[in-house]
Amino acid sequence: MNDETDISITASCLIVNGSVYKDGIRTFSGEPGNLNNLLQSVYSHFGFRYPKFYKMDNLSKLGWLATEIMLQHFNLAEKYPASGTGVVLSNANASLDTDRKYYDTVKDIPSPALFVYTLPNIVTGEICIRHCLKGENAFFVSEKFDAPFIHQYVSNMINNDILQCCICGWVDVLGDDYKAALFLVEKEPGTAFTVESINKIYELENG
Amino acid sequence: MDKLMNDLKSQIVAQLNLQDIRPEDIGNDEPLFNEGLGLDSIDALELIVLMQQQYKIKLASSDEGPKVFRTVRTMAEYITANKPGNT
Repeated sequence: MNDETDISITASCLIVNGSVYKDGIRTFSGEPGNLNNLLQSVYSHFGFRYPKFYKMDNLSKLGWLATEIMLQHFNLAEKYPASGTGVVLSNANASLDTDRKYYDTVKDIPSPALFVYTLPNIVTGEICIRHCLKGENAFFVSEKFDAPFIHQYVSNMINNDILQCCICGWVDVLGDDYKAALFLVEKEPGTAFTVESINKIYELENG
Repeated sequence: MDKLMNDLKSQIVAQLNLQDIRPEDIGNDEPLFNEGLGLDSIDALELIVLMQQQYKIKLASSDEGPKVFRTVRTMAEYITANKPGNT
């Protein structure tokens, strides 16, 4: 356990293989196969009410849900100034899942509602809108989850007082393959923010 | 006109993915944007797509949008006046 002068993971959420883990504890278990059904089931299970959810693409839905579940007992807007909380996300497939769906509509009449999600960082925007966050944000694409990079990038932002708090991690969707692993990082008592602790949460489902 | 307005309500709910709203919840004269149904600018583009896909109607000018898409009734009136074969 870190003290309040060190950077810690104070909350986390993992969504993978049909299960939702909040702070390492499984809080929901559903069918792993169909992502559309899973997203709807998780949304209903936690009793969220956010009409715009239905308009999001699956990448944004997954990231939005993971953030909502992770922040259930947090009010970042009360605790930090809007510019104090950032969002740093990463994935392997960028917005390819929605790019393909949009491409299918181009043969007829292109869908504006799909077009607006043909960038991976739109999920960042959806999270920022929901929680009124205006801090630094970034979205990186890499073949695999790069815990050392996320650790270094976020630590640098907090240690240099660019951010006081950061939502960071991995949100990836391609068809029915998906994984979200989000971490709330701040200078508060909690689990030490290290490469090992990040990977331990990310790999939770794999034992 | 009533049938057209009812069809439009179902099509709006489906096209805009308004899963918390039933077609019968939308009033004929309820504003679709701002204080009414609360649609946004992307929804406006989707309504244009809906008119093209379902009724083969293209807006003559983007300036017409706010007037045409004010309510379900104004949409129905525009479709009735501009459907292919009427011109």
